[in-house]
Amino acid sequence: MNIRAYRRPDPNTQPRYLYQAYRSTTRRAPTKPLIVLPHTLSEITGPVYGHEDVGEMDNDLTRQHPGEPLGERIIVTGRVLDADGHPLRNSLVEIWQANAAGRYAHHNDDHAAPLDPNFTGAGRTLTDPDGRYSFVTIKPGAYPWRNHENAWRPAHIHFSLFGTALATRLVTQMYFPGDPLFPIDPVSQSIPDQKARERLIANFDLATTQPEWALGYRFDIVLRGREATPFEA
Amino acid sequence: MKLVPTASQTAGPFLHLGLTDKGSVGGMVGQTAIGELVRIRIYILDGDGAPVSDAVVEVWQADAQGRYRHPDDLRPTGCDPTWRGFGRLAVDQQGCCVFESVKPGRVPGRGNTVQAPHLNISIFARGLLKQLVTRMYFAGDESNLADPVLALVPEGRRETLMAQPDNSHPGSWCFEIRLCGENETVFFDV
Repeated sequence: MNIRAYRRPDPNTQPRYLYQAYRSTTRRAPTKPLIVLPHTLSEITGPVYGHEDVGEMDNDLTRQHPGEPLGERIIVTGRVLDADGHPLRNSLVEIWQANAAGRYAHHNDDHAAPLDPNFTGAGRTLTDPDGRYSFVTIKPGAYPWRNHENAWRPAHIHFSLFGTALATRLVTQMYFPGDPLFPIDPVSQSIPDQKARERLIANFDLATTQPEWALGYRFDIVLRGREATPFEA
Repeated sequence: MKLVPTASQTAGPFLHLGLTDKGSVGGMVGQTAIGELVRIRIYILDGDGAPVSDAVVEVWQADAQGRYRHPDDLRPTGCDPTWRGFGRLAVDQQGCCVFESVKPGRVPGRGNTVQAPHLNISIFARGLLKQLVTRMYFAGDESNLADPVLALVPEGRRETLMAQPDNSHPGSWCFEIRLCGENETVFFDV
């Protein structure tokens, strides 16, 4: 059986595990170097989802409760591509986020901002044949965290993607343009390459914006591409 | 066209909202699964040896015959039709989660090698800017000696990849993952 491995990204375009300015990494990041694992069948396979896993309304976070959530309604859409520009079809995208006040509907979040009974802040969808996904949600608020004195996270939406393999699994965060907290946020600044950091910022998109209803943002996501040459397994 | 893969970011402390509140899978076997049933208890500890209580663990494994449910597993004999091979759980306050599964079969490695039975494990948590990926092998399995991936690991650290049998509960295995510090688990750059 001939199989094709996935290419490794330039290390400067991904965060290191240990980043002192993000304090939680110091007791959780491995201290020994990772062992480079040439891909086998175990790494080039991964969970493949079907339509049975995703409900029709799961991509509209504003319609999961009897009433409408408070805040600025937004549409977040984009394409999931591999590093060769091929769309990833039928691929699971999961998101989660804080509400408009910067509070998560989570028992561990004790930020003194109101919960919204009409907003949970979780959604999922499958990409279409062009690799496109789309969510309707509320613009999340910034919130304080205790990483350092007067620390605030920029507004963000968490994204989880599977792609086609264990090797393409990605969890990341999408940020909003013009956020003054972005350049002083240790989580985003953990990525050494400036362009790679800035690619986590969505673009405001008037073409996605719907008149009298919601602002639109575009956020494309790139997962790893395959090596050109197969190997024997 | 070559594009740069999107950077990873931490899943943060509220990851359950998106990953496990609706998407938990602990029972990986149906009524009719083929193979040796196993109960796998995974513990996650930090650099102080304290439980990591806010992690999510994902498991990916082959079926009892060593087949992956995936279009790139091109071998003519297919996978157990009831098998998916994916599990995902949040750990509890003790840093523990339990998967009910079958012992995977052996999967081909590179060249003419055959890998020993193993689970591919990914860990997501606050403080991890990227997921950590490791493997769990079954202590005492003879095929471990010929496993081509274990052979990449310095001999003194291979033990960190071995689940230990719980002798008071046949079929139960315990796997401790130490994120950093003493007896740090081996993690892989996949």
